[in-house]
Amino acid sequence: MTTSMGASPGSSTEPPGTTAAAPPGTYPGLDAAEDLSVLDKAGQRRVRARSRRLFTDLMRPWLLRAGVALAALVLENAAQLAGPLLIARAIDSGVPRAVDGASGTLVWCVVAFAVCTAVSATARYAFFRISGTVGQAVLLDLRMRIFRQAQRLPVAFHDAYTSGRVVSRLTADIDAVRDLVEGSLDGLLTSLLTVLGIAVLLIWLDVPMALVVLISFVPLLLLTRWFRERSRRAYRRARNTVAEILTELGETLGGIRAVQTFRAEHRKAARMNALNEDFLEAQTEALGVVARYTSGVRLVGNTALVLVLAIGSWRLSEGSLRLGILTAFVLYLRKFYDPLDELAHFTNLYVAASTALEKIAALLAVEPSVPEPTAPAALPADRPERGRLAFHGVDFRYTPSGPPVLPRFDLTVPAGQTVAVVGATGAGKSTLAKLAARFYDPSGGCVTLDGVDLRDLPDAVLRREVILVAQENFLFTGTVAENLLLARPDATREDLRAAAAAVHADRVIEALPDGYNTQVSKRGSRLSAGQRQMVALTRAFLADPTVLLLDEATSSLDIPTERAVRVALSKVLAGRTAVIIAHRLSTVLSADRVLVMDGGRIVEDGPPRTLIAAGGPFSRLYATWVSATSGG
Amino acid sequence: MSADPVTARRPGSSLASLRRLAPYLKPVRRPVLGALAATLAAQLCGLSIPLVVQRIIDGPFTTRDYGGLPWLIALVAVLGAGEALLFYARRKLIARPTALVEARLRNDLLRHLLRMHVSFHDRWQTGQLLSRAVGDLVTLRKYLAFAALFLIVNSVTLVVGLGLLFTIAPLLALVGLCSAAPLLLISYINETRYKVVARRIQDQSGDLTTIVEETMLGMRLLKSFGRAHVRTRIFHDQARLLRGSELHIVRIMAALSAAVLVLPELGIAGLLAVGTAGIIHGSLTLGDVVAAITISTYLRWPTECIGWALSETSTAASACDRYWELRDSASAVTDPAPDRTRARRPAAAPPRGHLRFEDVHFQHPGAPRPLLRGVDLEVRPGETMALVGATGSGKTTLTALVPRLTDVTAGRVTLDGVDVRDLPLHDLRARIGCAFEDAMLSSAGIRENVALGVPDASEHDIREALRIACAEEFADGLRPHGLDTRIGEQGLALSGGQRQRLALARAVLGRPALLVLDDPLSALDLHTEAEVEKALRRVLTDATALVVAHRPNTARMADRVAVLADGRITAVGTHRELLASCPHYRDLMSAPEPWQEAMPR
Repeated sequence: MTTSMGASPGSSTEPPGTTAAAPPGTYPGLDAAEDLSVLDKAGQRRVRARSRRLFTDLMRPWLLRAGVALAALVLENAAQLAGPLLIARAIDSGVPRAVDGASGTLVWCVVAFAVCTAVSATARYAFFRISGTVGQAVLLDLRMRIFRQAQRLPVAFHDAYTSGRVVSRLTADIDAVRDLVEGSLDGLLTSLLTVLGIAVLLIWLDVPMALVVLISFVPLLLLTRWFRERSRRAYRRARNTVAEILTELGETLGGIRAVQTFRAEHRKAARMNALNEDFLEAQTEALGVVARYTSGVRLVGNTALVLVLAIGSWRLSEGSLRLGILTAFVLYLRKFYDPLDELAHFTNLYVAASTALEKIAALLAVEPSVPEPTAPAALPADRPERGRLAFHGVDFRYTPSGPPVLPRFDLTVPAGQTVAVVGATGAGKSTLAKLAARFYDPSGGCVTLDGVDLRDLPDAVLRREVILVAQENFLFTGTVAENLLLARPDATREDLRAAAAAVHADRVIEALPDGYNTQVSKRGSRLSAGQRQMVALTRAFLADPTVLLLDEATSSLDIPTERAVRVALSKVLAGRTAVIIAHRLSTVLSADRVLVMDGGRIVEDGPPRTLIAAGGPFSRLYATWVSATSGG
Repeated sequence: MSADPVTARRPGSSLASLRRLAPYLKPVRRPVLGALAATLAAQLCGLSIPLVVQRIIDGPFTTRDYGGLPWLIALVAVLGAGEALLFYARRKLIARPTALVEARLRNDLLRHLLRMHVSFHDRWQTGQLLSRAVGDLVTLRKYLAFAALFLIVNSVTLVVGLGLLFTIAPLLALVGLCSAAPLLLISYINETRYKVVARRIQDQSGDLTTIVEETMLGMRLLKSFGRAHVRTRIFHDQARLLRGSELHIVRIMAALSAAVLVLPELGIAGLLAVGTAGIIHGSLTLGDVVAAITISTYLRWPTECIGWALSETSTAASACDRYWELRDSASAVTDPAPDRTRARRPAAAPPRGHLRFEDVHFQHPGAPRPLLRGVDLEVRPGETMALVGATGSGKTTLTALVPRLTDVTAGRVTLDGVDVRDLPLHDLRARIGCAFEDAMLSSAGIRENVALGVPDASEHDIREALRIACAEEFADGLRPHGLDTRIGEQGLALSGGQRQRLALARAVLGRPALLVLDDPLSALDLHTEAEVEKALRRVLTDATALVVAHRPNTARMADRVAVLADGRITAVGTHRELLASCPHYRDLMSAPEPWQEAMPR
């Protein structure tokens, strides 16, 4: 997936006559480098800076709470440190005095110990609650940001990005961030506090010896830098692979009918096996790097201990160091390096999470090519006629350098007119409809609704006025009624029935096993294509748009049903603007006006009867139709 | 959003759940045991370093006799290096085996899912399948690589430590057990609350995945209706539900971690009290008490670690349950038992594609009445049979019975005289080329999509199939790689007619003996339709075909036409015969078009 995703968009050496299909796999602003495991220096810096900005942005609202959590943690650690001191005091003086009959000291020690324990337990509880709440709030925020961004991005983006990758961002990548948020912050902060505290103590005890210890930080830092580079590469690879696994799984399971009938099970399994193998290698590589890093950290710590022992004993024999100091130094030293394991663990989780954040940040950074207007315009409320659709000098190409899919053209559809668009597949009919629905913006010129550029209309307004019923009529899991309500959430059951009756879908829907309450199953698989088209039509009519764009909306219906729908539509469409893409003569002839498209151009335009008489392309089409549809 | 059709069983014991992983762990037991040994040995090294240091301080440093010192320092160096090496060995040893277990579990799950019947897939949301196949298995891998290891090693440490304490003073050991008390508490809470919430979190994130997946696939619809915010609200609600469960876990863990902190301290305080009494009583020495407290302090970390590992065990166990819920489901459409196949297999006769439906009944699971109620139909070898019926009459379902995407509820479908259920699925499906109402394309290139059923098809064959479907020209024109250009999610970047032609090309590739085509020309424009029709006629002269038709021109391609109504075949005959004899057919096919009434002629 990754390699062809990054393939260069249309070069200028294209053969002429390419079809209207979009070149999936490319989307302006979608970072092609995002999918590489090894980035160049500048790319790394950019990617990291972006994910760091995202992180600080996510944390900003929670800084105060995070501060409180930090304070709780400091308190917990302080109270915990006091514990052993009190025990020591109890043993050194409390117990002997108690043995002598004076139990005052012992009682005092025990009470103080109990208080310290209570304080540290409360502080720890508070820390867990607060940091957990903050962490979950950040995760929710991040999830919502990704989801909203995916919704905001235009159709062209989704053609290129595939749902599997969005799923991957919202599941596997979020999980990596969650691992960091959940598991390690307390460990990290405790460790940092311990290391800092002991470092101060060591310097206070003996400066030259402390220097030896501090010098050991040089290899530690080098090691950490090495680790971050290497593990980042491994984790990037793992992130990409897991996205591929999710995409492959989603497609395989979503298309299970085709996979099974075409006996592709073994090949799909083999493909998954290969991806699994990749993921396994990436994981093994990542953990191998972690193995080297943590053992390296341990080795540095232990070496420093040996050095301190050697130098210390030499200085002890020289007489330049007191025994007590050396003893304390050595004892603290061990405590000094223990938390470094915790830090190494944290570094690991951090790198894993930050590579995930890189992926997320890359998605969040994509600019929608069909943006919301910055200065939204309103449709004049008192316009005499609603639904005048006009294309002014519009031309369209998928990529700036690509060949034109629709060369420059002008077209006006007066309010209330029903226009049928005919032409061979790939002539640009669907593209025309998609421009009118602002799935894409034109490369040049503008599309207007009642004189207002679509680009100036807020999405909410545009979608109330213009509805496109696409060829693939998607249904969400749920009942037929729930799918209809998508068009108008406040519609009553009566409204649904009325809408269905208006487009003549009532009989088909009521014939379903549970009528409007029929579960359509995943992606509507319980309904036939014809039934799905009826639901889609009802849904479109329920939305009550000013402009209705129907792209092959009745192609899977039987003839009597289609005829009934057509008769119903002619009533429903009165007073609405409609653009109907159809391959059926019957639908075309009942339109007010026909556009014949060929190679992206409108080659004929006029009322059907006039065109039939004109003897042009449409009259030839008409002749073919008549011979094809007439009975024998 | 109860996407989960299998009602979650009440969580059983974690051990019982995890035990089912045994077959996967067995092949990797050597490196895993090695990693365990390395972890234990590393802990031993870690523990002995301070002991040696203590010896140095108490010995050479205090006595100023530096004779043995180099050796002792060398010992620290050796132990230190050993510890580092063992750290390395543990991770290095555990990395591949656990990743391997994850990969094998996933492979086997996918193989299983690929065998499951279609209605299973209609019922199970893809999001739930994805979260089980990826999220849960990642959880399991991490558990095996870390928590499981620490659980075992620290349990050993704890037992050894308590044993040591016992040898010093049995009475103190009893008090010292207090430091292990949190574990009892944690185990109790895990069994009653934690595991339930852990399972809920996994289910909820599966539902969340489902919402994401569906929303992305339905994006074009949502855009068109401007209803993105509806899905955002649904997603937000589900994400908040998930957060609620996560916060539940946070509360449990916060209380647990506080308890884990308090209880050992109480134990130490108790040790102090009992110890003092013992000293006063004369039954204990100060040294005993100090030793007992030291050991108890040492045991705190293993105790905390076990507590954490036990919680992880619950999570892993419920991930395991979710996994096996899928693996335990049995496919309703399976290969026949081997003896049945052999007995019924026709003597190596070449497949002719003789298709018969005999009193076929079909009822959707949960539907109030059957959709097909006694379909009898014979499609003779080499014949093209059109299937005509009103929207929703069951045509698509009837065609799905042939490649056994679903099985009849009663009656039987035979191919060349053999019940399709007695043919190995692979053999059966190899004889059939299907084109569905939905093109069912993947985001791969055209070549790969068309050659789905015949992966070793030659360039010549692929191009011929594309030519029959009139798809060669547009396929070659795709930028930038022609036939190898990726066509995006479900091929949605292509037009409906283009998708349908690819599906048709896929069906005719390899010249199967039997073609099952579901309304194969519905999305084509008139010109293309005529071209495809012409090419298809040539293909249909050789093959047997069952073609769902809505239009007269498709029906006319057929030798005979069958009319499906009220769950039965009500008439069979040629297009002309039926037009003359069957009013329902006339109604379906030759309805007066408005132009006949409206157009001036």
